[in-house]
Amino acid sequence: MSDDIVYFEKQKKIYPRSVKGRYRRLKWLAMGVLLAIYYLVPWIRWDRGPHAPSQAVLIDMPARRAYFFNIELWPQEVYFFAGLMVLGAVGLFFVTSLLGRVWCGYACPQTVWTDLFVAVENWVQGDRNARMKLDKSPLSFEKVWKKTLTHILWVAIALCTGGAWVFYFVDAPTLFEQIIHFDVSWMAGSWILGLTASTYIMAGYAREQVCTYMCPYARFQSAMFDKDTLIIGYDRERGEPRGKHKQGTSWEGHGHCIDCTQCVIVCPMGIDIRNGLQMDCIACGLCVDACNDVMDRMELPQGLIRYDTQRNYEKRTLAHKTGMPHKDSIDIWRPRTFYYIAVMAVISAIMLFAFLSRSAVEMSVIHDRNPLYVRLSNGDIRNTYTIKVINKTHDDLSFRLRVEGIAPRTVSVAGPGGVSVDDLQVLADSVGTFRIMLVAPATEAARRQRHEITLYLDAEKESNAADMGTVFISAGAM
Amino acid sequence: MSGHDNREKDAITGVETTGHEWDGLKELNNPAPRWWLWVFVITAIWSVGYWVVYPAWPVAGGATKGTWAWTQYAELKDAQQEIYQRRAKYQEKFHAASMPEILADSELYEFARVGGAAAFKENCAACHGTGAAGGRGYPNLNDDDWLWGGKLADIHQTLRAGVNSGHDDARGTQMPSFGRDGLLTRAQIDDVTEYVHDLHLGDKAVQTEAYLRGKEVFAENCTACHGENGEGSHDMGAPRLNDEIWLWGGDKKSIHATVSQARTGVMPAWEGRLSPDTLKALTIYIHSLGGTEPDVPETNE
Repeated sequence: MSDDIVYFEKQKKIYPRSVKGRYRRLKWLAMGVLLAIYYLVPWIRWDRGPHAPSQAVLIDMPARRAYFFNIELWPQEVYFFAGLMVLGAVGLFFVTSLLGRVWCGYACPQTVWTDLFVAVENWVQGDRNARMKLDKSPLSFEKVWKKTLTHILWVAIALCTGGAWVFYFVDAPTLFEQIIHFDVSWMAGSWILGLTASTYIMAGYAREQVCTYMCPYARFQSAMFDKDTLIIGYDRERGEPRGKHKQGTSWEGHGHCIDCTQCVIVCPMGIDIRNGLQMDCIACGLCVDACNDVMDRMELPQGLIRYDTQRNYEKRTLAHKTGMPHKDSIDIWRPRTFYYIAVMAVISAIMLFAFLSRSAVEMSVIHDRNPLYVRLSNGDIRNTYTIKVINKTHDDLSFRLRVEGIAPRTVSVAGPGGVSVDDLQVLADSVGTFRIMLVAPATEAARRQRHEITLYLDAEKESNAADMGTVFISAGAM
Repeated sequence: MSGHDNREKDAITGVETTGHEWDGLKELNNPAPRWWLWVFVITAIWSVGYWVVYPAWPVAGGATKGTWAWTQYAELKDAQQEIYQRRAKYQEKFHAASMPEILADSELYEFARVGGAAAFKENCAACHGTGAAGGRGYPNLNDDDWLWGGKLADIHQTLRAGVNSGHDDARGTQMPSFGRDGLLTRAQIDDVTEYVHDLHLGDKAVQTEAYLRGKEVFAENCTACHGENGEGSHDMGAPRLNDEIWLWGGDKKSIHATVSQARTGVMPAWEGRLSPDTLKALTIYIHSLGGTEPDVPETNE
């Protein structure tokens, strides 16, 4: 008996029929907008002067800079990316708790590109029935050219997808010039080819398998769902008992579902939504469109399959059983929506604060630890500091170093002559490193063992000034 | 798909079981996708590649070499080669440049400082400490008190030939053991200790009788090397005694012991052990530590 058990199931090919309707239009719109963003954004120019790239959105890995319009991030500010990702994740949870898996159905790249690939299939080989027939038919000229053309178009789209990705990391026009001359770096080339291959495989073949088996999101979405979450559902009370219906006959004893299976045929995931909410459902709403179309033709009200909440379905069932009237309602303000909003608000506030309080010039100070201090022959105490001055502006800047918290005898810059603490020069878009020697008279130094001091960098423009607290160490009172 | 209909189905989920049963628990059969199995098989096949290209199987006398002949040593060598290549750009310029020239070129200066710091930690830190702060008997190289001079040439000479090292150009110190060899009486040593201990105070020193007696002893026995006022001599490596830095301790007991038994430091000669370029880098590094005597006109303060 056990020898015919199937432990590993072959992927069943899904032939989704094309469909027209409200949600299909929404999907086309989402696809158009998202693809336009993806392909066009790298081409937006943004003038940053001669020393910085003029691409609006660019992650420059070799130079360790990320540009987003007028924002420029340095590697130490990578936490903004972390914050954005946390915000994105919580935002996704929030939207999911309200609207179900709309991300999956409309915005996920897997969905968008699969949709695009299916559209190509549909355009070249025809709709569901034609495609099924073509697949079953023996080898023929028609089959070869239709299949070949489909794959050529798929590869072309995949190549554009992989190609567009690298434009986010290298100046787009320059790279484009290189690409059309087949003169790309090993790095860019392997990214283009890798993403071409992954697009081709994921959108051409893997399709719904990605959502069902690879994506972790499908598996933990139930954690965000509750009874007030909008899901795609089949109105069992109204639809059952399902069955064929002859035109002109009474609906008495019949559910409104005529078992035409249009909802199954159009489903890109290949599921039957009438079995209730399933892990595979990506909430794209195409079955809603298909069913509404059938209902129109049957001259029945739309919404046998619709976006609704679990609570409303249950209320309807109860009303049906008890004969009591009921009212559909959608409750947006639930504890979980408040939690998600609160978390998003906190993260946004932190990020906004961090963003607004970041300055164009930053400094860091490292106090020499070995030795902590040096006693000079006249009894003076010297401390040495390494200061790093980050100049994020696109101008060369000059700073004057000032010390507060101790009365120094001398403040000087160690190193080859010519550098003065009154004129510490840091080139545009770079980090300047200086070794600063601070000498304090013995009596001043001996006041305490540890002096809390502050180093100030004064700049011509006040917004470019910076300061940092550090310590001056001495042996203390003798 | 034959036989599916007569397979046992779980009543609640409607999913067929595998037929396996443990203590009444039955396993539902939710088949994994076939491609997953293929991915597994492909990764297993891929892993065979590692056996082929990398050292893998233990055999007599080591392990199979692998077709790429990969070793950690080779990888290390490549990494080192990369460092040498990166250095080569500066190394030639550095080799040709004189030390004052290096001081004037911020790039070469940084190159020398980094190289010198590394060489210092390898060769000098054992005595002088990793931060060159020295210790009892080992000079602190950060301060402005130099036994043999803190100019570039002085430092370079000390590094090259060492102190009491046996090298032909070695610097040599010879402080007499005034007590052990009976050159001074115990009372005289007591007195001179009083004097030397307060020498850095200059005019502010409390001039006790012992101090004044000690001053005479000092003038007769010590000034030849340590100078009229204890200012020391770079030529003889005689420490400056009128400052607040003490190599062997500045308390009376230590000073007494120094006068009585003498102190002789030893530093090895590094010529021949370290390359001329390394010596040059070390010189620049030590010079940069902040206790230097001006070589180039100081611009700060």
